[in-house]
Amino acid sequence: MRVNISKNKIEDPFVLKVQELSGQNLLACYQCGKCSAGCPAVNQMDILPNQIIRFAQLGFKDELLKSRAIWICESCFMCNSRCPKGINIAEVIEALRQILLRKREDHLKVERMSGDEKEDVPPIALISSMRKFTS
Amino acid sequence: MKLSYYPGCTLKNHAKNFEDSTLCSLEYLGIEVEEIPRWNCCGTVFSLATDDLMHHLAPIRNLIRVKESGSDSVMTLCSMCFNTLKAANLRMKSEPEDLEKINDFMYKEDIKYEGDVKVLHLLEILRDEIKFENLAKKVKNPLKNLKIANYYGCLLVRPKEIGIDNMENPTIMEDLLLALGADPIDFPYKTECCASYQTVDKPEIVADRTYSILTSACGLGAEAVAVSCPLCAFNLDQRQKKTLEKYPDFKTVPVLYFSQLMAIALDCSEESLGFDLHYIDPKPLLKEKKLI
Repeated sequence: MRVNISKNKIEDPFVLKVQELSGQNLLACYQCGKCSAGCPAVNQMDILPNQIIRFAQLGFKDELLKSRAIWICESCFMCNSRCPKGINIAEVIEALRQILLRKREDHLKVERMSGDEKEDVPPIALISSMRKFTS
Repeated sequence: MKLSYYPGCTLKNHAKNFEDSTLCSLEYLGIEVEEIPRWNCCGTVFSLATDDLMHHLAPIRNLIRVKESGSDSVMTLCSMCFNTLKAANLRMKSEPEDLEKINDFMYKEDIKYEGDVKVLHLLEILRDEIKFENLAKKVKNPLKNLKIANYYGCLLVRPKEIGIDNMENPTIMEDLLLALGADPIDFPYKTECCASYQTVDKPEIVADRTYSILTSACGLGAEAVAVSCPLCAFNLDQRQKKTLEKYPDFKTVPVLYFSQLMAIALDCSEESLGFDLHYIDPKPLLKEKKLI
């Protein structure tokens, strides 16, 4: 894979926004990969949790915001609990979802769900899904 | 002992058996439970974005209701409610500026919140206040020869400052089951997330996870799986239908709330067990073991 790293991308306000919304210091990460090793959802992810942090450090905005991985993470906090540097990776992924949701780019289209689909699942599932996937 | 109780939304419908079996057990143990008045949904998930204060209003309002009822602690049953209420409370305790903003916003509330309500999960109350050894003495119908794998999922044990036991190897449910006379089975997937709310729009992911979790538990000898969260229960029980469609070699297994197992051991009424809410009926197994 060809990767272009540039000063412009690294200095993009996007990087600061991710740090601000997540409250995390992205540069603390030294890529040990424990987050991805423990994550139960990696088999569905196009970018792994440790790569998400690396991409965020480098300002790879498009790659991150178009990824499937940020919608696959279910904030189970396994990554956070195992990070030797104390980075809350789940919070970084939440920040990425929030950047899209705040532009009203909903991931879950509730209006397209049928009555049966909505009735099939308990309130706890519907509410949490809407909280995580809609603006 | 009197406990203030926050049920949360799902305990009143899909997980009614979780509530009923708990209330019946606690009554049998001589503990008075009072549901807090005018409670609202906690939001189910704790907002992780630093600037998102708005979503902490719902859990904090519930904690104000607890104070209004004259209590300084609240019992929850659902792992997600427990996590959300406790995390919101911790944030209020550690961030006085946020607390002030929230109080300013809720100026019509009679009580100014001070971050001083203790959020407890029923399992903690059983371990720390009632104590498992005292519970063991009250068991009338020991769960003899019943092999149970205990599934914790994520929000009961993580993050560290919220969790009720060791994050990597919790044993609180095993300790409870031992007190009830059952044979707890250890298995490696006990804290692996069930895929949670992905069940709404990506149920196939839940089917994969349910397959791994339950197959591992059964492979190690479990005859049933115990849970403490209505969403884990939905994913591990109701989604077995989808799991079987995707994995024809999958072997179904009953999934019960720990409180139902406690209620059986304490000889509570069968109505309180609510077996009609299960997808995989636990009755044949329980009858075989002569427990019901």
